[in-house]
Amino acid sequence: MRFAELAKRNFKEMLRDPISTGLELGIPAGFLVIFWALGRSMGDESFLTTTMLVPGIAVFGFAFLLMFSAMMLARDREGALLSRLLTAPLKPRDFILSYSLPYIPMVILQIVVCFGIGALLGLEMLGNAGLVFLVLLVMGICCVELGMILGLLFNVNQVSGVGSVIITLVALLGGIWIDIEAIGGVFYSIGNALPFAHAIGAARDVMIGAGFSSIATDFYWVLGYTLVFFALGTFLFRWRMVE
Amino acid sequence: MSYGTNGNRFAIQTFSLSRKFGDLVAVDGIDLSIKEGELFSLLGPNGAGKTTAIKMLCCLLRPSSGTATVMGRDINEDPMAVKQIIDVSPQETAIAEHLNAWENLSLMGGIRGLATKEVKKRSEELLEMVGLAKRAKEQVRKFSGGMKRRLSIAMALVSDPQVLFLDEPTLGLDPQSRRGIWEHIAGLKGKKTIVLTTHYLEEADALADRIAIIDEGKIAALGTPQELKDSISDMQVMVVKAKNLPPDVIEGLKEIYPEVKTTEGGIEIRAKELSFYEIVDYLRPRGVAIQSTSLKQPTLDDVFLHLTGKELRE
Repeated sequence: MRFAELAKRNFKEMLRDPISTGLELGIPAGFLVIFWALGRSMGDESFLTTTMLVPGIAVFGFAFLLMFSAMMLARDREGALLSRLLTAPLKPRDFILSYSLPYIPMVILQIVVCFGIGALLGLEMLGNAGLVFLVLLVMGICCVELGMILGLLFNVNQVSGVGSVIITLVALLGGIWIDIEAIGGVFYSIGNALPFAHAIGAARDVMIGAGFSSIATDFYWVLGYTLVFFALGTFLFRWRMVE
Repeated sequence: MSYGTNGNRFAIQTFSLSRKFGDLVAVDGIDLSIKEGELFSLLGPNGAGKTTAIKMLCCLLRPSSGTATVMGRDINEDPMAVKQIIDVSPQETAIAEHLNAWENLSLMGGIRGLATKEVKKRSEELLEMVGLAKRAKEQVRKFSGGMKRRLSIAMALVSDPQVLFLDEPTLGLDPQSRRGIWEHIAGLKGKKTIVLTTHYLEEADALADRIAIIDEGKIAALGTPQELKDSISDMQVMVVKAKNLPPDVIEGLKEIYPEVKTTEGGIEIRAKELSFYEIVDYLRPRGVAIQSTSLKQPTLDDVFLHLTGKELRE
């Protein structure tokens, strides 16, 4: 379990950056309250209900996690720490795990914060809460694995640029505050091809009572992306290990 | 593991080790045999290929051709086995800035598979050795450059590697910090095989058992510091302190004596036969105000200039 030592270091590194940690939790919490307040002022016809907002904002928060996890890896690469770590007898899979695992508690915390605030704002959970959690957890891990890919391909400055583009894409095409099915056309096709809208849609469906069979396709879609990103990250790490 | 003719075991052997980056040949067919327990220095200017060579030996870079063995393990065929027995202190101060010194050492020991008890014991010893025991619990981002370098070397030692690579360990440090690190490195001599890259002549001269002078990716000379100096012992070096030494005068002098090095406040001229009068008679009519002249023993700097036609500059 040599990778656990590196995972431990990365977890400490994450916690000792209070601004990033604050943003990772504060952004979804803040957006949730703001959009809920907007929905209230729009009246009963508003689509900004807590059932709509909570899973969407949770995934929106994961997009920030994606950027911060990518930045940590990119920073280690630029500061030559990663070169030093690469001289240790660790495999690419070990590296990916040790940079990804520390963000899983943060994914869980983001889900808890969003649903905790949601509960205070009157969120109703008609379906299986555990299944909602599972769908969002996989989506969160998926975002962290995509962060690994960005961190291996780009430097810190580039990561913040590319990360911002991805956050915007998640916001626009993930169906967080607009129904992409209603927009249709190429936007719907792109949004539907990506995992974000599937995770948000599946979580919303379960929250209003749907079972696993209804969301199985969406769930496997997200899981598939997660596995592909993990495999791609491992491949990129192998490439980085010798170049 | 291979053995030398005198029975010495070789810790590192390279066989036509080469690395290209596009059209640039960074390391060009290097053949080296480094004995077990030896402190071996790769000396050369920036861009000579020292770090590229080290990166290949640490399995961070694949050779374009050729190969090398580290304690008998092939870097191409069994990189994981090589990584088990080496450690490196890279040129850049590669430390985790948000961790304290203690945690940095634990990290390096942990990822190299040391038991927690062993890491603790080694860390205590190493922090004491590099004089950081009292600041072990401080986040290292608050450390000075010299302290970070010392920690970086300690991090490379925590796993007690058989082969240690020190890539420019004193780069950018003030002379006092540099000498402090030399003492730590000198303390390791004979205990493990050390490959030290540097472009500081005094560093290689003071620490190395043997030196390979590397230039444009090739080994220009190899030997003990004394052997290298002896190789040009038939050369004379004249030190001229002077004012008003314009570049065109120096260039003109190079037509008589090709090895002329510019120094602070004058020039140094190397040749097998030097004529004091010829030099003075050349300089004076050209308005050069000679303050003093003297002869000195050849240094590694002179060896480098003689072999490569270039100067090693800090």
